[in-house]
Amino acid sequence: MTAALAITNLRKTYDNGFTALKGINLSVQQGDFYALLGANGAGKSTTIGIISSLVNKTSGTVSIFGYDLDTQRELAKSQIGLVPQEFNFNVFEPVGEILINQGGYYGIERPIATERAERLLKQLGLWEKRKEQARTLSGGMKRRLMIARALVHEPRLLILDEPTAGVDIEIRRSMWEFLTDLNASGITIILTTHYLEEAESLCRNIGIIAQGQLIENTSMKSLLSRLDTETYVFDLVEPIQQIKEMGACHFELRDPTTLEVSYHKEDFSLNQIFAFLNQQGLQVLSMRNKTNRLEQLFLDLVEGNKA
Amino acid sequence: MNAQQKWTAYYTILIREILRFSRIWIQTILPPVITTALYFIIFGNLIGPAIGEMHGFTYMEFIVPGLIMMAVITNSYANVVSSFYGSKFQGNIAEMLVSPVPNWIILAGFVSGGIARGMAVGAAVTMVSLIFSKLYIEHLFVMFTIGLLTSTLFSLAGLINGVYAKSFDDISIVPTFVLTPLTYLGGVFYSISMLPEIWQKISLLNPVLYMVNGFRYGVLGIADIPIWISYLIILGFIALLASFSMYLLNRGIGIRT
Repeated sequence: MTAALAITNLRKTYDNGFTALKGINLSVQQGDFYALLGANGAGKSTTIGIISSLVNKTSGTVSIFGYDLDTQRELAKSQIGLVPQEFNFNVFEPVGEILINQGGYYGIERPIATERAERLLKQLGLWEKRKEQARTLSGGMKRRLMIARALVHEPRLLILDEPTAGVDIEIRRSMWEFLTDLNASGITIILTTHYLEEAESLCRNIGIIAQGQLIENTSMKSLLSRLDTETYVFDLVEPIQQIKEMGACHFELRDPTTLEVSYHKEDFSLNQIFAFLNQQGLQVLSMRNKTNRLEQLFLDLVEGNKA
Repeated sequence: MNAQQKWTAYYTILIREILRFSRIWIQTILPPVITTALYFIIFGNLIGPAIGEMHGFTYMEFIVPGLIMMAVITNSYANVVSSFYGSKFQGNIAEMLVSPVPNWIILAGFVSGGIARGMAVGAAVTMVSLIFSKLYIEHLFVMFTIGLLTSTLFSLAGLINGVYAKSFDDISIVPTFVLTPLTYLGGVFYSISMLPEIWQKISLLNPVLYMVNGFRYGVLGIADIPIWISYLIILGFIALLASFSMYLLNRGIGIRT
């Protein structure tokens, strides 16, 4: 099957001499929900800029659903919907007009664009705002407007550059739900985000860019399986002053009722730890994972690449 | 994109442009009408009688074509430069750049928007002129085509300014320091035959002169320069600026990183 996105040896050197991309090779399969992660300045936005024709590449090839961006530009561009990082609509235009105009740039006639705009604005909870200038929208509404705008021409590949930056948890969750449904309907999604929990929850595959190079390109499951250490925080029913050691398992009492447990997955299981706590007469009220696992891996990989 | 889709894209940009300047008509249509009315009152009504006739017409009648042309030039230019730079400044130029719409359609859409405003203001100023003067139309075709071509030319110039502009200062420098002097010295208020010979020759370097001259010929039937030279100069500049605009858009200068 043709890849939704195929990038070969993509390089970008800016006029000031800074090399943002040092030969990236990447393939995203049709129907995938792909996370592209990287620290600020790693090259994510440059990559997205090149794919969406907002940045001129220095060398390399990009093809979208088999259409080469250099030689079949119009066809390639028709496949993509872009949700950029910054708000970039005309703030003085009415919300509905922004969507209808965007459809027009893709050659979609006004009556059809109007129907699609209505459907998308309703889905994203913006229908009541359709006649208002975009500048009157809240931050979360503006983010949703950009998603609606990117979908009006019904793209097969949706690229979202930090779509949930600055939105509250409730809206973020509803956007996740919306994106999951979109992906289930067959749209390939590429997502960049700084919320690693977001990538872990939504994406099946993941690429990590560091210093202009793709240092990781694998499935989320395979990446997370590399984590060999787990850390849990237990809330205890009764306060304690100290706890015995249990081999290589590390206990740390953060306060009399909060116990932090770190262990290597190949050495221990949670059952063994609970059995040990039972032996000590300790009852656990609740437990939670201490850190985002992907966050830890991400930091390890990026730091490793620097070294 | 097929022909129908390209037409839809062009039409979308044009309608967007027309809605843009119509929404803010108090800033776009009204001021040039008021300014031109003041010119008619001061230069035509108050000072004009002291000047006497020019080429057999009252001074008021003589300046009407020049003032209409001045409004067309400044508004065509202002519309495209402000709209294009505004799109860059807000980032919404990306809406077009990510889409499959070809660059020549983007160019045609913005330029048509400039022409629409230039013509709308030109028509409004013409209506106002009827309060002060009779309007002779000697050669309707010449009047219309010179007006349209001049509007096209300055819309293209506005787009080039918009491409290079990096701040709001940059979009006012050219109109203030280039366009206004060229227009005022382009025979709006006088015939170059009134100037000393050396200044007549220097005036011939001013492209605006050919446009005002051509338009005045269309309205009053009088010209300082043969009309075909006006057409040739305007068409030559249009070809030059259109080619340069396409080069800028294709290279992504000022709009792509």
